[in-house]
Amino acid sequence: MATMTVNGKDYEVDEEGYLIDLSQWNREVGEELAKSEKVDMTESHWEVIDFLREYYDEYQIAPAVRVLTKAIGKKLGKEKGNSKYLYELFPYGPAKQACKIAGLPKPTGCI
Amino acid sequence: MSDTKKFLYVNRKAPYGTVYALESLEVVLIGAAFEQDVQLLFMDDGVFQIAKGQDTGEAEMKNFSPTYSALGDYEVTKMYVDKQSLEERGLTLDDLIHLTYEDEDDDYAEKDSIRLVSREEIAALMEEQDVILSF
Amino acid sequence: MLHTVNKSPFTNNSLDSCLDCVGNGAAVLLIEDGVYGALKGSKVADKVKAAMGKVTIYALSADVKARGVADKMIDGIKMVDYAGFVELAAENDKVHSWL
Repeated sequence: MATMTVNGKDYEVDEEGYLIDLSQWNREVGEELAKSEKVDMTESHWEVIDFLREYYDEYQIAPAVRVLTKAIGKKLGKEKGNSKYLYELFPYGPAKQACKIAGLPKPTGCI
Repeated sequence: MSDTKKFLYVNRKAPYGTVYALESLEVVLIGAAFEQDVQLLFMDDGVFQIAKGQDTGEAEMKNFSPTYSALGDYEVTKMYVDKQSLEERGLTLDDLIHLTYEDEDDDYAEKDSIRLVSREEIAALMEEQDVILSF
Repeated sequence: MLHTVNKSPFTNNSLDSCLDCVGNGAAVLLIEDGVYGALKGSKVADKVKAAMGKVTIYALSADVKARGVADKMIDGIKMVDYAGFVELAAENDKVHSWL
């Protein structure tokens, strides 16, 4: 199993770099995961990450992109509830990249 | 949309003894992500999948029952429950998770997803599907 | 519409639920341990016979013979071979397998 080191502590990740134990996640781990995805984190990025973690906490799944887009629009404002906005933040796919940075498993039905 | 088909997922197994329930849920999520017309039917021990108050902490298994509440976001708005199966198990609607969806055509009003059906109604329901998947 | 049942009615309620949920003119095919559902004189025989008023019930002959119950089938149950199974699946618009 691969590991990732943050502040001298080792974290297990799978072969694609997803965090194994989501309860170990913290912002520093998120920063490090973002670096591996070459994403510069801003408050707008964290907003989406926090939303994803809350969603996972409530429903035990990472939402599909369509669902994420709609939910973000409702929660954070219509101007953010579109895939253009989310793809600007996470160019390689909001589901794939944002879930990884949030320490969540790859979404079911992720394509 | 002409390529949208009506899918009915028939869930007849209890949630943790076998992997059927979880597998079904994952297929439902995938099907719904592709914007098909997805409906769920819970009958026989399948009604236990949406029983309230599941706590798998001690059993050290993942509790996937909260995920049924996300299905409304996936536009899965019709969850049929066989009345007879509930009665046979001493359960009522109040013992099930309160599943809802927001109706876009009605100013996002929150509506109940669960509909109790008789076995005659299930026969008719099955006839109107394009595809029936059993778990 | 074709329904298939592959479990014994004595350990599993698939046949029972299936027979409650079939529409007029449907076909029910008993396969594997499901063929025990066609046994004469069993506790489920009355329900099976009653269902035969509105649906046609078939049993897969290979599975019936394998289990040594060929001479114990309820009258009116239609025996089909594998080719017949394929035909049934093809001529019905959809298939539901009661697992």
